[in-house]
This record gives sequence, structure tokens and C-alpha cells, in this order.
Amino acid sequence: MQGNSSWDRQLVEKSIDSLQDKPGALLPILHSIQDQLGYIPSDAVPLIADKLNLSRADVHGVISFYHHFRSKPCGEYVIQVCRAEACQAMGSRQLEQTIKQTLGIDYHQTTLDGSFTLEPVYCLGNCACSPSIRVNDDIHGRMTTSKFNQLVDKMQTVAVEVQ
Amino acid sequence: MTHSPLKTVAEQAIRVYVPCDSAALSVGADQIATTIKALAAEYQANIQLVRNGSRGLFWLEPLVEVETADGRVAYGPVQPEDITSLFECDFLSGDPQHPLYLGLTEKIPYLAKQQRLTFQRAGIIEPASIEDYTAYQGFIGLKKALAVGPQAIVDEVKQSGLRGRGGAAFPTGIKWQTVLDTPAKQKYIVCNADEGDSGSFADRLVMEADPFSLIEGMTIAGIAVGANQGYIYLRSEYPHAHQMLNKAIAVAYQHGYLGNHILGSDFSFDLEVRLGAGAYICGEETSLLESLEGKRGLVRAKPPIPAIEGLFGQPTIVNNVLSLATVPIILEKGAAYYEHFGMGRSRGTLAFQLAGNIKQGGLVELAFGISLRELLEEYGAGTLTGRPIKAVQVGGPLGAYLPEHQWDTPLDYEAFMQIDAMVGHGGIVVFDDKVDMLEQARFAMEFCVEESCGKCTPCRIGSTRGVEVIDKIRAGDNIQANTVLLTDLCDTMTHTSLCAMGGMTPYPVMSALNHFPEDFQPTNPKTGGC
Ligand SMILES: Cc1cc2nc3c(=O)[nH]c(=O)nc-3n(C[C@H](O)[C@H](O)[C@H](O)COP(=O)(O)O)c2cc1C
Ligand code: SF4
Ligand code: FES
Repeated sequence: MQGNSSWDRQLVEKSIDSLQDKPGALLPILHSIQDQLGYIPSDAVPLIADKLNLSRADVHGVISFYHHFRSKPCGEYVIQVCRAEACQAMGSRQLEQTIKQTLGIDYHQTTLDGSFTLEPVYCLGNCACSPSIRVNDDIHGRMTTSKFNQLVDKMQTVAVEVQ
Repeated sequence: MTHSPLKTVAEQAIRVYVPCDSAALSVGADQIATTIKALAAEYQANIQLVRNGSRGLFWLEPLVEVETADGRVAYGPVQPEDITSLFECDFLSGDPQHPLYLGLTEKIPYLAKQQRLTFQRAGIIEPASIEDYTAYQGFIGLKKALAVGPQAIVDEVKQSGLRGRGGAAFPTGIKWQTVLDTPAKQKYIVCNADEGDSGSFADRLVMEADPFSLIEGMTIAGIAVGANQGYIYLRSEYPHAHQMLNKAIAVAYQHGYLGNHILGSDFSFDLEVRLGAGAYICGEETSLLESLEGKRGLVRAKPPIPAIEGLFGQPTIVNNVLSLATVPIILEKGAAYYEHFGMGRSRGTLAFQLAGNIKQGGLVELAFGISLRELLEEYGAGTLTGRPIKAVQVGGPLGAYLPEHQWDTPLDYEAFMQIDAMVGHGGIVVFDDKVDMLEQARFAMEFCVEESCGKCTPCRIGSTRGVEVIDKIRAGDNIQANTVLLTDLCDTMTHTSLCAMGGMTPYPVMSALNHFPEDFQPTNPKTGGC
């Protein structure tokens, strides 16, 4: 995903235009941009600030406050590992080490081939089937190392087919 | 049903239920649904596949149900490789021979012993089907509300004794009275669907299994205080709940349960879902309002309370999902009916959520007053690993860790406060004897570092210092002096933080230290000690 093509600009402007009249429009706008691009390009910040009559610092301050918003492109699959208590009780600390090793990255990093981004998350609401991870919008419960490896194999096959 | 009237009963499609709740999906429910459909075609069985919500018996998910003449029969947990044998056993006639056969769903002891009020429809109905909802008493409360008007609604909620289910347990009716009594052109109903507490999933279950109950509850709140705009502030970690809510809201608009002139009355109400963005503190009501206004989620100082100056400075009801979703049944059945459940000042039922290292994890709705031990043993059936339970954290990441001698305390807001613990949202997380309580104490501080809004020093800086001091204790560095320091730090955070984030982080930390002191000693085998 490229940072500042004119196409991005159009998409960003469209998002802003369609949402700016909502009360408290900033979060919906940021969500809309990130949903489409996978992140919020730094070039979008002045555009948003201008349309909403905010300072760039305001907009940047909001983006950086929330864990969900990203200022850099992400991988094709965003993998969130739950680090909260119910998952801890079922061995998530061990699981997260294995996942980091398997993918060869730490939290907030993306694999070199652009396939996977790894993020921590504090509870997915699947605590009765812990440990849990989320891959894009799918939650996976009762996770084990071997189940995770199968999942990665499957995603890698799909990623290759798409290219 | 869509069968032709000419067909005989024997030819009617058999209803088969496969949940589409995210817990069921997380353990493969979609694949189960697809496989059942494929095999039904192969076996030439005439089935109608229904995607219901979950009953909350998550340890049995994916739970497949078949409608028989005697009622719905359950099989679970079903794996894809079980489906051929299910068809061979003729599970479509409710055959009891299959090893996964559980009998009539309603008779499964875990479910049969519950007192389901808020969750009466969960898992029974198709979540976004308004026909199903109305077939199960849906919108009766709303019709009553329209008939009796604002003050009578607020009185009913007050008399029911309902207290906020989001954690702080403030009486819901009193909050509504304040908003009703505050004159303003514009008022708002805000549903707190941030459900940030780990170990809790009851809000999610309502939104995914019975979203109309929340929509109805919010509409009634709007009628009660004269608000025509509602927002559901939903955490971004819940993509399925997001889809289901949007679907249900669209259906409600189509059928005149939202929008202008609801059910032909003078009352209009609009409802919109707004997504949060992964910040625990945005579950705190004033921080949530800042976030809804498009700002960083910094906690506001109170007063003014949101009931007087809330969203965009207007009088606002902020209530948890369960508080709002419980209002319809209170109006339908009356305050007295609701109030007769419970004990002391904790009236009605609470959705206890069994999670973590537990054999039978899931949602258990019961009147207040049951003990933790009963929940852990009778419903939870002990740990999944089969080892003894060592500690139980109740009430989310800011809740205390309870050792065995406290498990007989009745679950009641006041009784828990007396033992320096909290019921909170009703989340119960179980740990076996392998848990290292020093590590859990450290995590509580680390979580506060990660999630503090940063507005006040005791929380922002104190939590960072807390992690450091615990690390020193783990390293065996001046254990005694550092333990005193940790206690002192917790004391400061408790008394000088602006909100419960900094103010209650000491609960998990101090309960770990006080009840499990052996894990803070240099001999602690789990940390290696020194
Ligand atoms: C740090 C913090 C996090 C909170 N998180 C939530 C939450 O996720 N959901 C919720 O309903 N209430 C949460 N609350 C409580 C809310 O501030 C508020 O009391 C509640 O939404 C009021 O609704 P109720 O009266 O229906 O419980 C939180 C409070 C604090 C201090
Ligand atoms: S206690 Fe923490 S979260 Fe609460 S206002 Fe202070 S800094 Fe913010
Ligand atoms: S604690 Fe991991 S899903 Fe809730």
C-alpha cells in the first residue's frame, strides 16, 4: 500500500466528506480510512484537520491515543493475540512466545513479505474459550501451537494464491 | 416457515440450529453449518438451518440443536468429523445413541438451574429476526412504556432495584430521574458497550444473541427521559457484535421500532453504533463521552455528572448494555417481579461469566447471593487442566484475586466490598495452582501503564513505578523494603487517582500480595527467585 498516491487522497477526501457532518465525526472518519487502507497515512492528517476545523496536533493526538489506529501500513493478515487474564490462565504467555518465534516478529511489527502484522490485544470477549487470537475479523478460540501453525500454513497458501 | 400447506407434517423441513455467536464461530461453528448442509443434501434430508445466537454454554460450543416433537435436542461440542456419524445415528429425529447427545437443551443442568431474565432469549431465537423477538415477548415493555409515560417508567425502574451492571452498581432509576428532571432541548441515551474487562462477555452475548433487547431498552430509556438520539459505543474488538447490531437496527427501522413516530406514537428515536478504537479507559463513562465527541479519551473530572452535562454538554444517560437490556423485562413483568430475585441491596439477577482455566466456561444468569464456590464447582466443574484452583479474579482486571477461604462469600455488591473485592461486571477468571501471583500482580500494574489515560500522576507514573518495584521483588532485591514501598504506592494510587483505573489497580496487586505472600518470596520456585 503506497503512502501518498492521488488515489489515496481521493479516498480520504471521500471518507471525510461523507462523514464530517456527523456529530463527533473524527473517530468514524479515522475508522473509515483505516478500514479501506489498512492505516491512516500521515498525509491524511492535514486534510482531516482542515475539514473538521481542528489543528493537526489534535488529529495526531487522537490517532496516537488509540491502540487501534495505525500510522503505518499493515500486513495482509493482522494477528491479535489476547494478553488478558483469562487467556493468561490458559497459557497465553507461552503461546505468544511461540507465535512471535513462528512469525519471526515482535508486537507492532510486520513480516518482511507483508503477510502478517502482530498486535497485542486485551480481551476479545472469548474468555470462556481461551486462549484466543483474532485474525482480521475472525476470532479463534482454544488456541494451541499446532492449531496456530495450521492456521499460518493456510493463510500462507492463500496469500500466495492471491499474488 | 415456508413449507407448502399441501405437504404432510413428515415432509416439513427439520429445523437444525448452529450458533453464529463469535465464541461458537471461534471454535468452528461455520464449518459445522456448511458440513451439515452438505451432508443433508447427500442424505436427502429436508432441513432448515437456523443460525441462532449462543445459549452461553460455551464449553459445549459448537452446540448443534435439532427441533423435535418434544422440544430442542442438543449435541455438542460438535467437530466436523462427528457430522457423518450424527447423520448415521439419525440425529435429525433426536436419536439419543450418539456420544455427543445431551438431551433436551432446556434440561441440561447448567442451563436448567439458571434464572434467565436478561438472557431469556439468548440462543433460542435467530438474533436479527424481529418475528422471533416478538414471538418471545419482545416489545411488550416498549408498548407499556409508551402507554404509561416518563415518570411511571422511571418509577418502575427505581422500584425494581436495578443497579448499573457496568461495574459501579449505581441505581439506574436514580440516574434516569436526574436526566428526566434536567431541562434541555436535546438529551442523549448512550449505551456503554465497551466491555473492556477481561473475563467478561455478557454484553457481547446480548448484542450477538438478542440485539433487539438492547434496542428496546434504549428506546424505553429515550421515552423515559425525553431523548430522541441514542448511541451505542461499541469496542472495536467485537466485529461480530458490530455486524449483528447494525443488522438489527436496520430491521428495527424497517418495522417502525426506530425512527419517526415509533409504533404510531409522538415519540421518535434514532440509534447509531459508534466504534471505539482499542482503549480500555474509554469504558469509563466520561472518557467514553470524550471519545464519542471525537477526542482523546481523557477522563473528565466529576461533577458535573453526565446525567446533567454529558454528551456535547447535554443531559445524558450512560448505561451498560446489560442495564439497558434488562429494562424491557422489568417493564413487561413489573418491578416487583424483578425485585424478588436477589439479596440485600443487590436485586435481580447477575450474568456471572465463568472464564479462564475452567472446565465448563460460559454464562450463568442467577439471582445475586449465590457463592463463588457453588459457581466454580457446580457450574464450572473445576479447572480444565484438572489441577486445583488457586486463585479466582472477580470483576475484571481491576478486581481482586480471591483465595479459597473467600469463596463462600455470597455474590452481592456489599458483601464483596467487605472483603476488599468487587463483583463488578460479574466476570470470574479461574487460575490453577501453576499460576504465579507475583506475575499477575505485575501484569495488573503493566496493564495500568498501557491503559492509563495519562491525566493524573498517581496512575500514569505510579503504575510504571509499580512494575519496577515488583521486578525488584522478583529479583530478590530488598524484598521487605520493596514490599513496604509497593504497599505504600498502592495506598497512594487508591486515594489520589482521579478515576477507578488508577484507584483500583491496587486491588489485584494487593490481593495477590496479601493472600499469596509465598509467591513474593525469594524461594518462589516459579520465578526462580534467587
Ligand atoms: C477504568 C474504567 C473502565 C470501565 N469500563 C466499563 C465498561 O467497559 N463497560 C461498562 O459498562 N462500564 C465500564 N465502566 C463503568 C462506567 O464508568 C459507568 O459506571 C457505567 O457505564 C455506567 O453504566 P451502568 O450504571 O449501567 O453500569 C468503567 C469504569 C472505569 C473506571
Ligand atoms: S486514574 Fe488513570 S485513567 Fe483515571 S484519570 Fe487518572 S490517569 Fe486517567
Ligand atoms: S481474556 Fe482473552 S479473550 Fe478475554
